[in-house]
Amino acid sequence: MTTAEPPLVTPAAEAPPGTVYGLRWVALFGGGLFLLICSVRVITGAPAFTASGTIRTGLELTVPILLAALGALYSERAGVINIGLEGMMILGTWCGAWAGIEYGIWWGILFGIVGGALGGLLHGVATVSFGVDHIVSGVAINILALGLTQFLANVTFARMPGGGPTQSPTVPGTIPRLSLPVLSSGPDLLGGLERQRWFLVSDLAGVLRGLTSQVSVLTIVAVALVPLSVVLLWQTRFGLRLRSCGENPWAGETLGVNVPRHKYAGVVISGALAGLGGAYLVVVAGSNYQEGQTAGRGFLGLAAMIFGNWLPGGAAAGSALFGYVDALRLRDAVAVHGLLLLATFALAVIVLLQLRRGNTRAAIGAGVGGAVFLVWFLATAILPSQFLVFTPHVVTLLVLTFLAQRLRPPAADGQPYRPGEQR
Amino acid sequence: MRGRLAPGRIGRALAAPAIAIVVSLLLAGVVLRLTGWNPWSVYGYMLSQGVRPESLIRVVNLATPYYISALAVAIGFQMALFNIGVEGQYRLAAVCAAGFGSAVALPAPLHVTAILLVAIAVGALWALIPAVLKVWRGVSEVISTILLNTVAIGLAAYLLVNYFREKLPGVNTTSTKLLPRSAWFPSLSGLVRALGIDLPAGTDLFGFVLVALALGVAYHVVLTRTRFGFNLRASGINPWAARASGVDANAMVLRTMVISGALAGLVGMTALLSDKHLFGDDFPVQLGFTGIGVALLGRNHPVGMALGALLFGFLDATGPLLQFQGISKQIVLIMQGVLVLSVVIAYEVVRRASERAVEEQAATPAVPAEPAEVRA
Repeated sequence: MTTAEPPLVTPAAEAPPGTVYGLRWVALFGGGLFLLICSVRVITGAPAFTASGTIRTGLELTVPILLAALGALYSERAGVINIGLEGMMILGTWCGAWAGIEYGIWWGILFGIVGGALGGLLHGVATVSFGVDHIVSGVAINILALGLTQFLANVTFARMPGGGPTQSPTVPGTIPRLSLPVLSSGPDLLGGLERQRWFLVSDLAGVLRGLTSQVSVLTIVAVALVPLSVVLLWQTRFGLRLRSCGENPWAGETLGVNVPRHKYAGVVISGALAGLGGAYLVVVAGSNYQEGQTAGRGFLGLAAMIFGNWLPGGAAAGSALFGYVDALRLRDAVAVHGLLLLATFALAVIVLLQLRRGNTRAAIGAGVGGAVFLVWFLATAILPSQFLVFTPHVVTLLVLTFLAQRLRPPAADGQPYRPGEQR
Repeated sequence: MRGRLAPGRIGRALAAPAIAIVVSLLLAGVVLRLTGWNPWSVYGYMLSQGVRPESLIRVVNLATPYYISALAVAIGFQMALFNIGVEGQYRLAAVCAAGFGSAVALPAPLHVTAILLVAIAVGALWALIPAVLKVWRGVSEVISTILLNTVAIGLAAYLLVNYFREKLPGVNTTSTKLLPRSAWFPSLSGLVRALGIDLPAGTDLFGFVLVALALGVAYHVVLTRTRFGFNLRASGINPWAARASGVDANAMVLRTMVISGALAGLVGMTALLSDKHLFGDDFPVQLGFTGIGVALLGRNHPVGMALGALLFGFLDATGPLLQFQGISKQIVLIMQGVLVLSVVIAYEVVRRASERAVEEQAATPAVPAEPAEVRA
């Protein structure tokens, strides 16, 4: 294992996420992206880009990724790499469906959380108590969780009416859904605006309506977890101690932090969040357990967290981007093709920004990329839907490749740690 | 230090797998008991069914891709390089090889060879991406190979649907054309029958087993008899010392990843050339992830991984038979999962125990210390 020397001065001394400076950039970036999307919507004539239906679907596809991403965040901030998230999420789907059918839908959610947390605890036992390599333990947990879940599904759901070895019966009951009065329901003012197809105005109305109509209570909880995580990790003593385990556990130890306990807390919270994501797939995004339901969303959450630079807000932005692309894929083939034009525009903006900074090489690189996307857009009529399945993965790889120097993972992330031993 | 074959060393190497097997039998036993079965009679039934000749042949057949997959993972593990991307590498290689194989017409040995070369090339090239990203930009291969798995599987689906699928008028097929006989790897069943062992109809010992064996031998030779193998292990044990002694770390990453990808490309060839002869919906999946488990179980040792692959193959072969008794076949998946997780913990426990033993040995002086003379 590499034993990189801990840097004396932490680069980019950590400002708590969501400072005024950060918010201004987020607003600028988000606004710019929105403007681009609206332009592409008008050019391609595909209303799906900003239709409330797309946004609503996108929100529901975002939440499981977001929960896994937050899970990854807690674990890695405590210094434990968690590629077992996928397995923990799978545990959440079975536990959620089983308890949901046996005891009711809210118990399903609780059991989903507990199932995932148990997976996290197992990861903690292996990595923290026994010092197993984090990647190795994560792979093993994924294998175990998949097998255990398939067995349990076979001995439980297969015997239920309407169920089978690979899927459960429908979980009875629903989680309440809320709409914003007047604006998104009743007179539905936003809906009226959206139907006008006015540039920007209708687009904004569509997005707002998608975010405020028929929103599951569980979605609201998941979104609220983002600011809550910022507060918990950056404003509380527990958060400071947990992060110290990810940055420099040996220093934390000398200050009296119980490092193993905080690492355990990190992975158990991580598993619980992934499990909640699994339960969400069962009771909100779907209506029953299905084999292969998580479809790599645990891994995608990990990617979203890396994309988001190990910060809650960044992880949320990454998850939203991935969820949005996925929603477009499900809803409209024309809009999917328009994404190529969107990529062209985005790269053109990057060219201008890089030129202003005098960074000619980066500008040329982005320009070539933009030209490729433009030719691709003009020369083809559709973008194969298979490509969209892995678009988030490619985007994350590109971010890792070209923005790696801006990314700052916790300094001791993934490093072996044994109490009382300097490494 | 004692020699390689000292009894203590072998004992320590076998302790962890033994513990893991016991733990997995116990835990699976608890699960069986809870679901209303007598574990001992279930295990007895598995054992009695598993040693029948046709079962044993199935065990070897199933173990073959697991072993190749484990070799692909293990060569990276030797230098602490994690190729989690075998899953994507073999799927993409298999679909390209199947498409290529059904598109060309060649005489028998050439056809098989050409398909194998395509599979190797695709696997190696796909693995080159994370290697280049790691060397050029320092991107962790763990993350990039995980991400590239999804990309490869999506790409394989795209290629299959748009280019490699058998195009029949009016039928929407989802598989490549059946490969002609010239692209079938020779079977070993004839040899087994010639040895006087009677095989029931419908059982077939895959000839690809020989390829797996040859690869295992090559793996051992490369690791222990070549400069590359020495550098590989040196980089794994102490990367700083290896670098200081002139090993080019970047070149090692590139080479190792390409070899790992080339091996991964061969993982799907058992199914393509010896079993299914086409790439379709029922092409085996999860072989890459299972290979990681087998490599962990066998501790990257060529013989250990062979035993691990056979153990996994045995569980896979006997699992479906349990269904005749009304027992869920997925119990073997639990056993496999517990095996992998408990073996990695057990190895760590054994390592720490032997470390402690060494420390205590060093702490107790061989000759009782004489009381220090006080010189006044």
